[in-house]
Amino acid sequence: MNMIKIALPALLLFASSVQAVEYGTFQMNQSALNFAYKQMGVPMQGKFKQFSAQIAFDPAKPGNARAHIDVNLASIDTGSTDANEEVAGKLWFDAKTYPLASFVSSGVKAAGGNNYQVSGKLSIKGKTLDIVTPVTIKTDGKRAIIDGSFNIKRLAYGIGTGEWADLSTVADDVQIVFHLIVFAAPVIPSSTH
Amino acid sequence: MKRYTTTAIVLHWLMALLILAMLTLGHYMHDLKLSPLKLQLYSYHKWAGVSLLLLAVLRIVWRLTHKPPELVLPCWQQVASSSVHGLLYLLFIAMPLSGWLMSSAKGIQTIWFGLIPLPDMVEKNEALGHLLGKVHGSLSSLLLLLIGLHIAAALKHQFIDRDQLLSRILPGKSSKGKLP
Repeated sequence: MNMIKIALPALLLFASSVQAVEYGTFQMNQSALNFAYKQMGVPMQGKFKQFSAQIAFDPAKPGNARAHIDVNLASIDTGSTDANEEVAGKLWFDAKTYPLASFVSSGVKAAGGNNYQVSGKLSIKGKTLDIVTPVTIKTDGKRAIIDGSFNIKRLAYGIGTGEWADLSTVADDVQIVFHLIVFAAPVIPSSTH
Repeated sequence: MKRYTTTAIVLHWLMALLILAMLTLGHYMHDLKLSPLKLQLYSYHKWAGVSLLLLAVLRIVWRLTHKPPELVLPCWQQVASSSVHGLLYLLFIAMPLSGWLMSSAKGIQTIWFGLIPLPDMVEKNEALGHLLGKVHGSLSSLLLLLIGLHIAAALKHQFIDRDQLLSRILPGKSSKGKLP
């Protein structure tokens, strides 16, 4: 009798790991959203401390994958308090008027192995532009590790206008580097909902 | 009165001009509100600082390999002069070095004239960056004080003692001594 009690859940577990797993529970505390740019020719790095993501990814059906990421712009960390206050201001993000930057995927294409190409719309400071970014997604049944990076031109979004529009001081190119951890979506028994 | 070598004279005045400009620039830019101008001035300050570090090394090597013209001074003046000169040489190295380390600790690599990257000898560390900023600022005050003493002593010799000591480091004059 005891054998059955143990074996049954084990079998169920085994069964679920063989089935296609959908990854959908975003882990903020293990994820990172960094950026890199040049200031007076010097490579600089920063990060956003707060962002949220709704991601759905089924390795068996990558074409159906979806991502919606919201970034709290006021959570920026450029490395100095002065600069953090400055970039939240009107000339940069104008974070009071536009607190969030968002990315909404519009399509995911498999590109061989763990590689995918994600296209979507990136909205910052009231401007929405199409972007395409290469992404690698590694899965181990428990979690999906999503890595990628793409470049944007800050002035295309009106980030750093006025005196800051001078690109010889702060370069136009900004590289966005993301590392997202998404756990397998919890199995919700259909009978209880 | 024997003069310093031409190299020593050129190094002295070149560094004097640069150091006074750097002290002025350093104090001015520090209080600026963040702006492109501020970022530019900080970069120029760092580039000049690295240049001064190289000049200081050159100057110290020159000083160690070339005896300065001999001078007979009262004992207390000998001690005062050696102390001030010794501390000045120390600061010629400590000022740019503390600035370089501060920049690294604040997470901003120094790239000399935007071309030659200097290694970061310390990792990014906010507390260390703050501390090195204080050190850099305090050393600049000490440097200003020593420069004041140095100039005051030179003026005393020139206008009170009237011993032509200053002519040793002034450019252009004949090494044969004073004109009639």
